[in-house]
Amino acid sequence: MSLRTFLLGTCSAVVMAGMAQAETLTIATVNNGDMIRMQKLADDFTSKNPDIDLEWVTLEENVLRQRVTTDIATKGGQYDVMTIGTYEVPIWAKQDWLLPLDNLGADYDVDDLLPAIRSGLTVDGKLYAAPFYGESSMVMYRKDLFEKAGLTMPDAPTWEFIADAARKITDKSNEIYGICLRGKAGWGENMAFLTATANSFGARWFDENWQPQFDQPEWKNALDFYVKLMNDAGPPGASSNGFNENLSLFQTGKCGMWIDATVAASFVTNPDESTVADKVGFALAPDTGLGKRGNWLWAWSLAIPAGSQKADAAQKFIAWATGKDYLKLVAEKEGWANVPPGTRKSLYENPEYQKAAPFAAMTLESINSADPKNPTVKPVPYVGVQFVAIPEFQGIGTAVGQQFSAALAGQVSVDQALANAQQLTTREMTRAGYIK
Amino acid sequence: MARNVSTRRKLLTTAAAWTIGILIFFPILWTFLTSFKTEAQAIASPPAFLFFDWTVQNYFEVQSRSDYFKHFMNSVVISFGSTLLGLMIAVPSAWAMAFAPTKRTKDVLMWMLSTKMMPPVGVLVPLYLMFRNTGLLDTRVGLVLVLMLINLPIIIWMLYTYFKEIPGEILEAARMDGASLAKEIIYVLTPMAIPGIASTFLLNIILAWNEAFWTLNLSAARAAPLTAFIASYSSPEGLFYAKLSAASTMAIAPILILGWFSQKQLVRGLTFGAVK
Repeated sequence: MSLRTFLLGTCSAVVMAGMAQAETLTIATVNNGDMIRMQKLADDFTSKNPDIDLEWVTLEENVLRQRVTTDIATKGGQYDVMTIGTYEVPIWAKQDWLLPLDNLGADYDVDDLLPAIRSGLTVDGKLYAAPFYGESSMVMYRKDLFEKAGLTMPDAPTWEFIADAARKITDKSNEIYGICLRGKAGWGENMAFLTATANSFGARWFDENWQPQFDQPEWKNALDFYVKLMNDAGPPGASSNGFNENLSLFQTGKCGMWIDATVAASFVTNPDESTVADKVGFALAPDTGLGKRGNWLWAWSLAIPAGSQKADAAQKFIAWATGKDYLKLVAEKEGWANVPPGTRKSLYENPEYQKAAPFAAMTLESINSADPKNPTVKPVPYVGVQFVAIPEFQGIGTAVGQQFSAALAGQVSVDQALANAQQLTTREMTRAGYIK
Repeated sequence: MARNVSTRRKLLTTAAAWTIGILIFFPILWTFLTSFKTEAQAIASPPAFLFFDWTVQNYFEVQSRSDYFKHFMNSVVISFGSTLLGLMIAVPSAWAMAFAPTKRTKDVLMWMLSTKMMPPVGVLVPLYLMFRNTGLLDTRVGLVLVLMLINLPIIIWMLYTYFKEIPGEILEAARMDGASLAKEIIYVLTPMAIPGIASTFLLNIILAWNEAFWTLNLSAARAAPLTAFIASYSSPEGLFYAKLSAASTMAIAPILILGWFSQKQLVRGLTFGAVK
């Protein structure tokens, strides 16, 4: 390229940039199927709003969390729309880091949002993030293995039944393990599962005065149950298994049961990825008869950071991405089974969706049975089912997760792990000023 | 003089060297192979080594989802820019410390290295604020500056050890002949130090190319280099190993090829001074 053509090109680029007065929204998202699909379909939005350009930043969940937290805490203003979860929304809204979504348009129909999801994203009566897709957790099981063992999975099993079935199905010589559960340490990994499970055993993280409760018998029952079950009927090396590892084990036919995110249902029933696609059944997460089930609640949601200069355009985009028409658009282009689940009542009333997604009813029931404002059997001072929505929880949750992961690996006893968890949580909560 | 070595011993050392080499190279090879599998084959157990249906579908999907060329150009600008800028500062300073040392030179060198002892995340927020206030967030200029700064101690140290090997008398002779300082550096020192500068240059290109903390944290959409391109394919929920492998292969290929062609320079530079 000669210098002249280069200069000419530069000049015309500058002129073009000056002519186009489009506003550019920078959108930060996580890397999962539903979000990537939205990126592909975004032409629909830009064709309806020619004055708005979209730029995407896709990152892995933990990288995104760190990246977005830095930006919002320093008011860096790099993003106009952020993808955040139910953990961040209550904390950030209280810090005035998010703008309330009060201008989503007349046909947005806020009342159509599932109440459990909406309540997790609402602070002081204002909606601070709009749910893009919601998920809970449930039991996924192998119908063929259950049949072989002469078992029938009830729609709403108890932990006792699950443990019994897991032990019966296990056939270690053929690498069939009765149950695969998360063991990898992390507040979003094993602690998401264990906190939700502990809820169903009547345990809680804190009492009303923020005193940690790991020294109570409920936690001991829950953790004891989990460690023994996994030792008898779990895969080897389970203490390093997270969502992806278990997904791979289940898809290759090595697990009888797997209790995890409802979003996994579409992966394990996809014949392109799963060797057991036509053999999977679903059931609600188990309970112990105390009135709470061991299922969690999560919603990837779109929010606008307080530093954004383009709030109006950002609200327009959010209304598009989380509105009813978007669901129709996905259905039209990619089929009803690929519509982002778990946000709107109208979707679950749609007979076409019910037909295309065999797991729809179970997903809805799981989401509805989770209550982030009232997650445990005994009262608690916090919001959140599988987490405690305070800024300190990421650190504490991961440290406790390491203790429980070590207990599963047999490096410490259950009692020791609980004692360590109690001690470190008390220390951190005292330091943070919750315990006077 | 070479020692007499038995054939047996030669065989053993050769086998050991190959084993270590293959062990180190295997993950890269595996990534490369996985990038040609389907997602189901990528997680198959037992895994298929070579006998699977080779497909380039992943590469097409990666390209259709994100603009490889944009990220590639950002990587090139950032790594070459930061290295060149770093060399411009490092050559004179290494010269000063190698040929005109003072009582405190050793301390200065240690102090420079000490900046590398702090975990980068410790200065993330202050730096982020500085970048925000100066409008450098998500710009190539900002990333060139920060990568130059974090690699500068290494560049200076490498050049310093290089320059130390060059006899000071040659420079003195040049001075006697009336060469100015600039002439001395450009016409006498640089030609002798070219191999050292070249290997420093290459190593820093690689370091800057692979740097993933600052490039991820200080960029968003416009200045994001290939590290951000890879990061956008890793996922905690869902197995997209084949696509992730395709993205990784695309990201490391240019630097791998550059490294391959300049192997000789690199090895020479890294082992320089080992034999006296």
